[in-house]
Formats: sequence, structure tokens, C-alpha cells
Amino acid sequence: MDLRESLEPRGRLQVDGNVALLDATGLHYRELNALMRRLSAEGVENVELHNVNGQRYIGTGLKRPMNIIVRGTPGNDLGMFINGQRIFVYGNAQDGCGNTMNDGLIVVHGSVGDVAGYAMRGGRIFVRDDAGFRLGIHMKEYGGKKPIIVVGGGAGDFLGEYMAGGLILVLGLKEEKNECVHSPKFVGVGMHGGVIYMRGCTIHAGKNVLVEGVEDEDLKLIRSLVEDYFNHFNLDLRVNDFISDEFVKVTPSTSRPYMGLYR
Amino acid sequence: MRNRAASTYIVLRKEDKCTKCRACVEQCTYGVHSYNPAKNVIESKSWLCSNCLRCVEFCPTGALTITRNPNSYRMGHHWNHEAIMDVKRQAETGSALLEGMGCDGPNLTYWDRLLLNACQVTNPPIDPIREPIETRVILGRRPPRVELKPENRRLMLKNELAPYICAETPILLAAMSYGAVNLRVQEAMARAAIECGTYFNCGEGGLHPELRRYGSHIIVQVASGRFGVDIEYLNSGVAVEIKIGQGAKPGIGGHLPGEKVTEDIAMVRMIPKGTDALSPAPHHDVYSIEDLRQLIYALKEATEYKKPVAVKIAAVHNAAAIASGIARAGADIIVLDGVRGSTGAAPKAIRDNMGIPIELALAAVDRRLREEGIRSEVSIIASGGIRSGADVVKAIALGADAVYIGTAALIALGCTLCKMCYTGRCAWGIATTDAELSKRLNLEEGCRRVANLIKAWTMEIKEMMGAMGIDTIEALRGNRELLRGVGLTEGELRVLGIKVAGE
Ligand code: SF4
Ligand code: SF4
Repeated sequence: MDLRESLEPRGRLQVDGNVALLDATGLHYRELNALMRRLSAEGVENVELHNVNGQRYIGTGLKRPMNIIVRGTPGNDLGMFINGQRIFVYGNAQDGCGNTMNDGLIVVHGSVGDVAGYAMRGGRIFVRDDAGFRLGIHMKEYGGKKPIIVVGGGAGDFLGEYMAGGLILVLGLKEEKNECVHSPKFVGVGMHGGVIYMRGCTIHAGKNVLVEGVEDEDLKLIRSLVEDYFNHFNLDLRVNDFISDEFVKVTPSTSRPYMGLYR
Repeated sequence: MRNRAASTYIVLRKEDKCTKCRACVEQCTYGVHSYNPAKNVIESKSWLCSNCLRCVEFCPTGALTITRNPNSYRMGHHWNHEAIMDVKRQAETGSALLEGMGCDGPNLTYWDRLLLNACQVTNPPIDPIREPIETRVILGRRPPRVELKPENRRLMLKNELAPYICAETPILLAAMSYGAVNLRVQEAMARAAIECGTYFNCGEGGLHPELRRYGSHIIVQVASGRFGVDIEYLNSGVAVEIKIGQGAKPGIGGHLPGEKVTEDIAMVRMIPKGTDALSPAPHHDVYSIEDLRQLIYALKEATEYKKPVAVKIAAVHNAAAIASGIARAGADIIVLDGVRGSTGAAPKAIRDNMGIPIELALAAVDRRLREEGIRSEVSIIASGGIRSGADVVKAIALGADAVYIGTAALIALGCTLCKMCYTGRCAWGIATTDAELSKRLNLEEGCRRVANLIKAWTMEIKEMMGAMGIDTIEALRGNRELLRGVGLTEGELRVLGIKVAGE
């Protein structure tokens, strides 16, 4: 039987105009994602998923804009390849969140696993708490298209590895207190573009990166992103508490990290 | 220290023939030739010459000869000229050696030690001119068995078929990225693929907007650097290939030197212009077969299960076990690239010493998948060092469904195998993204020549199949009875799964 026809009578799927409510209990990711693509094709623009439990690739392959609310724990590769969709997770995301995303927004009210924002090409990811290893590696950038990741807590090792563009901001907050909680190692290894801003922590950076203090221009940018972060998570903190010279800026010291190694 | 005494090549110019037209000066991209106005002569720095023969081709009077330098180092077997030259080069620069094209080491070609059977008396050959011989191949996952169901008094297929692609010839054009080669090369390949009913793999550098119109004959590639990968790209071709490794450089990633990263390439790859484009060894979201499955299915989700997903690996010692894992991870096609596989740039040490010959890897993979009963669930494309229609036939008899050709297609375009691709200054306008140099390649002519090559090989394949009394690729695939070996050890024969000639 058609999945939609089986879910609707049982109240597990409710569609009202362009809004849909879906109970994801027991659905395989293939069923869930196919259903979402179908709903999207039928004009649904807002989907709230309940009881999400490990389903992968949520949001992948949607062709039209959609706001997706995820309640529960989405599986790996949440929002992989998304192209303008907006995903709000009330819970933690696993590995590969925003993998190779092209445009859109992912807001995680919790933490994300490893390789979040791998090869991200555009759009924004906001993570309220922590990020795992290899955050934002291979991020790209071209022309006006610039991906941005903001993490409220700490980030794991190899942050921004091979980064070619974009911006990563790691605030290092803990339980809304102004205290730094992380010290990732090998930050920006092999980086040849883009910028990483980190608050507070001692930097164990890769070769070929520059670690400097921030300038007024940087602070302006950081301030606006911190404001966005606070707005997304309704945090009752004053931006000024976090804006200080505590930030460091990591950029590539060379655009040719491999120059001279081969001849 | 100067190192010119025994430069590998020397340029000989017959002064009586030379008209000082300076064509060689203009054509050489490595600065070998220069005009000396004071003496009114053309001078040549032979030690810079890579024997690409561009100048010889363009010298209007035939005044030029490039020859191996008779002043070689003392001839040794172990310490041969190349070994000594490499040491001297490295002593000078302190760098790892980089080279273009594939490994050319001796004793790694098994094709020449494999011979095919032919019909005599007891079984009739087929004349390809009069009778149809089917060279069409279907690439993709086949159901383990065909199940039928009656519907309206007719029997219909009950199985749900996985997506597949259909090529009119078992010869596909191997991955060449925009960056490693220029757009004209890619366009020539894509158009030749269309003309021959086959496919061109656009490599890991994304697909330029101008080439999207050839999408019906393009396989798009996803490598660790994820250059140019978005949902539109994934859906712009007919299949998606995950590149885990390549035969020229197993275990390491790609590295496009900043010199080749022009504005246009920066746009397609989404990286800053002039910087080194790195694709590291692993996909950092793939550390296991389970992770590979996750990536395969991410690509299937992104293409709504409408396109086959291929996984390309370098042929390494345990390729058979890995291939089994790849098939089980859900790939529709496995691409095996042997030690002879070519590249725009690879560290020489890795290119020449890592990985195994495609013939052995292919036979081992085919056997392993058969033993496990999953061979029919996945297609195999073999690549790395295929030089002729005969090599293609032998590859299919060893278990391949089809082959990828790269070097041969480049030779058709004019490449002379000078191995200077890594410099980005290819004198033939192929392995370069320089706007002026790229113009040296004529698109129409290039397309015609690559198409000609595929057609010629396809004809040869048909003739050879006919002589064996076989009229479909299906019947040739994995048909070891048609192969015999000469000059092979017991062990080699065992791995290849063939008998010695005469047996
Ligand atoms: S191309 Fe031939 S004729 Fe012309 S300058 Fe060079 S060697 Fe002389
Ligand atoms: S592509 Fe160009 S540089 Fe590379 S081997 Fe062929 S002719 Fe030489």
C-alpha cells in the first residue's frame, strides 16, 4: 500500500495546506525521504517530523524550499546536499550534518557529530552546543557564495582541515557561562582559503596557518554572527560579554601548501 | 651543480636546413629553443627537453631531430640512466619526484602474455560483416534472478530493476578532470562519447556549465575534495562515480597545482584561484565499508535512486575483498584501476611502486564475486593500461563488463606521452588549462579522432569475437576458456584462472 495512504488514516501524517505533521516512528529513511519529496512536490513547504530516530539524509534531494522541524534524533548526513531548505533540529544531530550542503540553513538545538559541514558550499549551520571532529573540512567559497558555521560550544580536532573558503566561528561557551571548554588540535591543517575564528582556547594549529588577533572588521562580523546565534537559540545573553580580544583568527599562511614538496 | 652532461635527450638541428623561422621557439613550452640574434642562430637547451616532439612536428623544413643522448651514464642494469638521473634531480631540489601519465615499469603487462582462442573446424566462427555481433553492454546492478508474473495474459518482469546505463561499446572514456585537462579536451571526449554511444567520466573537478548539455553521456565523479558537487551536478550525468582511489596513485589523493587553477576552474571547483586544490587520500566521511554504504546511499537519495552509483578503487593487494565489500555496500558498478593507470600528476615513487596490474586484480575480483554468488549483482569496469581492442577483449574475458580508456584517448588527441602533464605546460594543449596553449587543440578534429579510435577498436573487438564464435559481450565476459597464458608462473596462472597455452 502507498505509504501516505497508510499513514494518514492513522493520524501519523496530517497535511493541512502547505503544512505537514509526520510521525516518523519506524519509518526507514528511504520511505521517509521519498514521502518528504512527494509532499514537497505537492506544495508542502513546512514539515514537522516527530519521533525521528536515526533516519539518515533528512532533507536530501528536495527540489523546492522547505522548512523542516526535526524532533528526536536524526541520523547521519542530515541535510546532505540540501539546496536552500531550512532544517531545525530539537535534539542532537549525528555525523555528517550539512555534508556538502549547497545553500540553506541548519539549526541544531544540541550538538553535532563528526564532519559537520564537510565540503559545505553555501548556507549556514548553527550548533547550540558542541561539534565533533573535522568540523567544516573542505569548505568551499566562490564569488558571493560563502558558507558559515557557528558552534556555541567546543569543536573537535582537525577543525577546518583542507578548508578552501567560508567561515567557521567557535564560541567555546559552556552552559551559558563565559568559560572556554575546548582546545582542538591540528586546526586548519592544509587550509588554503577561508577563515576560522575561535574564542579563548589555546590554539594547536596545523602547519601553514596564521594565528592572529582579530581586527575591528573581524569583530563586526563576529558580533553579527553571535547575535544570530543568540537569536536562533533564544539565549538571554548579552553579546558584549563575548566580544573582546579573546578571539583568535586562523587563516592560511600560504595558498600553496604543497609548493616545493614535489618537483 | 650543473647536470647537463647526460641529459636524457638531445636536440639535433641541421643548420643547413634551418631557416631561423623560430617555429620551434614558439611551439616549445619548456623553453628549450631560443633565438640568438647576435649570431643569428637558434640555440637549444637539450637538458630541458622532454621529447614531446612538438617542435619536430612544426619545423617546416624537417631540420630537427630529438634523440636519446648517447652521452648516457655508464650503462648498468641496476643503476640505469633513469635511476641515476632521478637521484641527481632530487639531490638538487630536495623534493619528491612528480610525473604525469602512468607507470611504465617493465614486466607489469600481462595482456601480452595472454592469448585468445579461435574457432577451427568444430565450432563455426561468425563473420562480423554479415552477421550481427552485439557489443552493447548494460552497466548496473542486476537482480540475482529473473522473476516473472502473469499480467493481462502476458508474462511481466516481477523484479524491480535497479538503474543502469547502456553503452553501445564496452569502451568508456576514463575520468579526466577539468583542471588536469582543459575544457576542450573534456568537450572532445564528451562529444566522441555521444557519437559512439558511450560515456565520458568528467572526473573530480566538477562539470562546467558549458558541458552540461552533454550530460546524457557523462558520468560525474565525487572524490574526497568534493569539488563542484551539488545536487544539480549529481543529477546532470547518467551515473555517479565515487572515486576512492586511482591506479596511478593508490592511497593518496589528488593535488592540482595552483598554476593550473585558473579563474574558470576556481569557479567550477569553488576554491580560490591560484591555490593548490587538494583532495586528500580518504573521504573523511568514509572510513569503512559501512561508511561507504552511507555515501553510496546519500548519492542514491540525491538522485532519487534513478542513477547507478559506481565506486572506483585502485587495484591493490586485497582488491578482491574490498570489491566484495563494495558490492555489498550497494554499489552498482565497481571500477578497478590498475598500476598502469594514468594521471595528470603523481609522485613517481607511488605511481611506479604501489598497486598491482589490472589483469591480476580483475581476475581476482571476478573470481571472488563469483565464489560469493554476487558477481551478477554488480558490473565491473577495468582500467589502467588498455592499449588496443585486443586488450579490451582480454579484459572482458578476465571478467570485466567494460573498460575505461584514458591514455589511449589522449594519444588519439595528440599526446606524445612525454609525462610533463604535471607542469601544466603541455605543448599539445591537452594537460594544460592555459588559455593560449588550450587553443592548440582543435575541438572538431580531436572529437573525430577519439571517436575514430573507439569505432576502430569496436570493429576489432567484433572481429575477434567473431573469430571466437561469440556474438555477445555477455558470452565473452569472464569466459576464461577463451584465454591461455604464455610465460606465466603457476601462481600467475592460478590468479588469472587460466590454463597455459597448449593445455
Ligand atoms: S622550426 Fe626548424 S627551421 Fe624553424 S627555427 Fe626551429 S629548427 Fe629552424
Ligand atoms: S598530455 Fe601533454 S604533457 Fe601529458 S604526456 Fe601527453 S603530451 Fe605530454
